[in-house]
Amino acid sequence: MSAILIAEQVLNGLQFGVMLFLMAAGLTLIFGVMGLINLAHGALYMTGAFAAAAVSAATGSFLLALIAALAAAALAGVLIELLVIRRLYAAPHLDQVLATFALILIFSEGTRWVFGSFPLYLDVPEMLSGPVTLPGGIQYPLYRLALIGIGLAIAVGLWWLTTRTRLGIRIRAGENDREMIAALGVDISRLYTLVFALGAALAGLAGALVGAIQSVQVGMGEPVLILAFVVIVIGGIGSIRGAFIGALLVGLTDTLGGIFLPALFALVMAPDAAAQAGSALASMAIYILMGIVLVWRPSGLFGARA
Amino acid sequence: MIPERAITLAVMAGLLGVALWAVVADAPFTITLATRAAILALAAVGLNIALGIGGLVSLGHAAFFGIGGYAMGILASHAQSYTPLDLGLMTVEGTKSMPVIWLVAVLAAALAALLIGALSLRTSGVYFIMITLAFGQMFYYFAISWSAYGGEDGLSIYVRNGFPGLDTLDPIQFFGLCFAALCVGMAIFARLRGSPFGLALNAARQSPARVAAVGLRPVRLRLVAFVISGAITGLAGALFADLNRFVSPTMLSWHLSGELIVLIVIGGVGRLAGPVVGACLFVALEHWLGGLTEYWQVWLGAALLGIVLFARGGVIGLLTGKAGPHV
Repeated sequence: MSAILIAEQVLNGLQFGVMLFLMAAGLTLIFGVMGLINLAHGALYMTGAFAAAAVSAATGSFLLALIAALAAAALAGVLIELLVIRRLYAAPHLDQVLATFALILIFSEGTRWVFGSFPLYLDVPEMLSGPVTLPGGIQYPLYRLALIGIGLAIAVGLWWLTTRTRLGIRIRAGENDREMIAALGVDISRLYTLVFALGAALAGLAGALVGAIQSVQVGMGEPVLILAFVVIVIGGIGSIRGAFIGALLVGLTDTLGGIFLPALFALVMAPDAAAQAGSALASMAIYILMGIVLVWRPSGLFGARA
Repeated sequence: MIPERAITLAVMAGLLGVALWAVVADAPFTITLATRAAILALAAVGLNIALGIGGLVSLGHAAFFGIGGYAMGILASHAQSYTPLDLGLMTVEGTKSMPVIWLVAVLAAALAALLIGALSLRTSGVYFIMITLAFGQMFYYFAISWSAYGGEDGLSIYVRNGFPGLDTLDPIQFFGLCFAALCVGMAIFARLRGSPFGLALNAARQSPARVAAVGLRPVRLRLVAFVISGAITGLAGALFADLNRFVSPTMLSWHLSGELIVLIVIGGVGRLAGPVVGACLFVALEHWLGGLTEYWQVWLGAALLGIVLFARGGVIGLLTGKAGPHV
């Protein structure tokens, strides 16, 4: 096992982590500000990917595809916020789970209806295709490197938005005391719609970006959604910083575990049994990580409330 | 308005009646549908203990359902290949006997529920939902990567397991077994709901601080409820695997966890017959709408949204004219 392989896997883990962050950041904002559990966040991720694939197929421009993904996901977000989610803020969690589960069924089957069951493909743009040579002689796909860059830039942007702008102050105030900021004259329902659209746009962007390295298909959002939940449980609800740290932890654990656990078991077991035990354990690694964090800190690494 | 007890009796008589009518009309597929409804109802009765009485929104009950299914699959696959099951310290023979399989399924699911519950009940609310979902998913991915028992392809069992004195290959006899199991599950639910334990659990849902103040421990009450709930769902999983003679990671998928909650809510949360009403409607919808359009789940989603937004209390709530034992 060479240093180059390890460095490559760390980069893969980072790339996976920052994309998870885009999902988790939106979810955690929606949790934090509105107190809503949104299972349909994965559907918004899928919406972004499908919009990007459709626009890219029609125009051939990746940039237009990304803009379409952002717009379609944000629009879908605003629509479901106005029509459904808005009625659920005061409802028990059970109702939120059910209504957003119903939205998943509608979105998934609706997408299958419109686009068919076959996966679509979204090509990596010409400019970003091919490998680059990093210091140390590592050959790494430029597109994945760009994903890491975009993810980090958005993380910085979100940090700036929440700590340095008026909107950010309102969002944080909304997390702390919604009645109070409503009393201070902030239009709370517009703020909610805005936060929901922001979260949806981030999910849609992540879907489009990841769609170029995986296939675009119905149900693609659900595994990511559940990983984003793990991220939030680890990071703490409502904390963007927690989502960032949690996403990187989950991304690295999942990627490195998949490579190194079978190799590690091979040191003490027969190759067959090692591959079996290693891959089984690797598939559970992030959940075990989550369990450990829960025992240690039930409200997550950066969570204020349980 | 109709009393709840009458609805419960009518629903159970209806399910039994459909199966018996199918015997007379020689429609074995209808018996299979009724069996499917009874098994799904049993799984949801289990979940209803945690969800309806305890208020624990578990989005990971597919884990217990799947563990029950795999208990059946593993034991029966060893029995059909005549290879002993190696447990490290000792080896056990596989078995094709339903009572033994059920016992193993119930114990394995209860153990898993104890582990998941002990971790996830440290939290509450949204955290609890996400954590049960995540642990459920852990079992799903484990089953996929566990190639010794079929991995993603699942495990097929050639002949349905046996029950002493019955011919389980006869659809109506197998339905009878499942129906009896459903009745036992519902009896446990009813007994539990009315017992001091159930009352305390119900109180812990409404006001944990007051329950703690009278000297009971809400977390312990919830954990016991969660374990019983998981065990019943595990039994349903073993029956479901026997119905299909097949078990695969799909039984562990989180969609199934969501569907179990949907069954309960369609019928009415915390109602004795809620899961049965939900399961019968669900299976009927799946069958009829699924025959009309490939995209029937769009309509299921729309109907579900309607129930959540406008008809809290489910079908039984509408019939009895009360939103529920609790809202």
